[in-house]
Amino acid sequence: MLLELSRAEILRYSRHLLIPEVGLDGQRKLKSASVLVVGTGGLGSPVALYLAAAGVGHIGLVDYDVLEESNLQRQIIHGTSRVGTLKVESARARLLDLNPSIQVEVFNEPFTSANAMRIAEPFDFIVDGTDNFATRYLINDLCVLSGKPDIYGAIYRFDGQASVFFAQQGPCYRCLFPEPPPPGMVPSCADAGVLGILPGTIGTIQATETIKLILGIGSSLVGRLLLYNALDMSFEYVKLKKNPACKVCGPHPEITGLIDYFEFCGVPGLDHPEPATAAEWNISALQLAERLKRGDKIHLIDVREPHELAISHIDGAQNMPLGMLAAHLGELDSAQEIVLFCKSGTRSARALELLLSAGFRKVKNLQGGINSWALEVDQSMPLY
Amino acid sequence: MPFMKIPNTLRSYVNGQGEVSVQGATAGAALQDMLAQFPAFRPHLCKQDGSLRSFVNLYLGRSNIRDLQGLDTPLNSDDILNLVPAIAGG
Repeated sequence: MLLELSRAEILRYSRHLLIPEVGLDGQRKLKSASVLVVGTGGLGSPVALYLAAAGVGHIGLVDYDVLEESNLQRQIIHGTSRVGTLKVESARARLLDLNPSIQVEVFNEPFTSANAMRIAEPFDFIVDGTDNFATRYLINDLCVLSGKPDIYGAIYRFDGQASVFFAQQGPCYRCLFPEPPPPGMVPSCADAGVLGILPGTIGTIQATETIKLILGIGSSLVGRLLLYNALDMSFEYVKLKKNPACKVCGPHPEITGLIDYFEFCGVPGLDHPEPATAAEWNISALQLAERLKRGDKIHLIDVREPHELAISHIDGAQNMPLGMLAAHLGELDSAQEIVLFCKSGTRSARALELLLSAGFRKVKNLQGGINSWALEVDQSMPLY
Repeated sequence: MPFMKIPNTLRSYVNGQGEVSVQGATAGAALQDMLAQFPAFRPHLCKQDGSLRSFVNLYLGRSNIRDLQGLDTPLNSDDILNLVPAIAGG
């Protein structure tokens, strides 16, 4: 039973009503639809904004982060005045300002196996705007098991992907990628960076696909993966086929309920996977500063990319990007004490693992990276 | 000569190149040629048996080689192979 439009709504959506493929019935479908947007970051921002503007009647938002200044370069649903507040509350306020006639339901909690079914139950469509593999596999399996479409988008620096994974009509995410990459192989946006406009392009495509699915018009991305390259300004499609051996949507599924996705992806938990490093391998910025001040001989190795040195650097450190480290291990003196650092400690923890596995023992990881140095030792240094 | 397009995610393993010229009459031979050029890429891209790891797909045109003849898929000299890895940023 589709909801009716009020007189004010007919005026608001008049440009939709003029399109025969939408019309009055289509707009009523949008008003009657419910969409859950998981993540209110780079992708979730344009998705939620356009769905709200289009008149989708019930929008759910899931996020547990607090808004930070560094989010604003791409997360356009938020604003400077909201820094420090909950992202879901910031997003809800913006959506209701844009369109007060819709219902916005927020879930200020991580999306996990324990709550995903409960949260997703009232929603017909799930949009994947997350930033980690564990939650992406969770959303996929949830959608397969509950028969809902997973409107997928993912980004990395200048590259974007979009598709609709809907096991009732085509392949699922696991058909394409049965298993995630090893932890650390594909860096996060926080470590690798991302062009701010990129999630705008991919998120808008996700919103378009969602609206087409609600209206039942056009050809969806089911069975196709869109590959976008912002540098080349190229859009390509590749074909996706159902994998007969798929563990969740194949004819003989092994996965019949939600699993532990952090374990599946080999990450410690939630969506900020930090490699586990024992305390004995860590050194704080204050400890390091004190030891350098008293003249201890320490080989400082900065494993960031060369262009990051222009933002901040520690005098005397040797730059050896993580990707090059393995090839240069022979140049390092295992008898000398080594301290590894990066921006926030994630990449240097990978470097630490590499050195430990190569037999180095006098090696430590600067906890919190150069950003902790900027906070605790040299406040004139910028944070990024 | 066929070439293989390398997405941003994996370019650090091929000296930052966006595409790599490869030799070989099959997708598997082309893959091995690329790995011979960039040996450090091998453990990230392939399992010990030489097959591609599960988080990356190799496409010939719009078709996944897994839906063609796998690593035995024949190549023409002007073919373009496309590595499509899983990415997770949002």
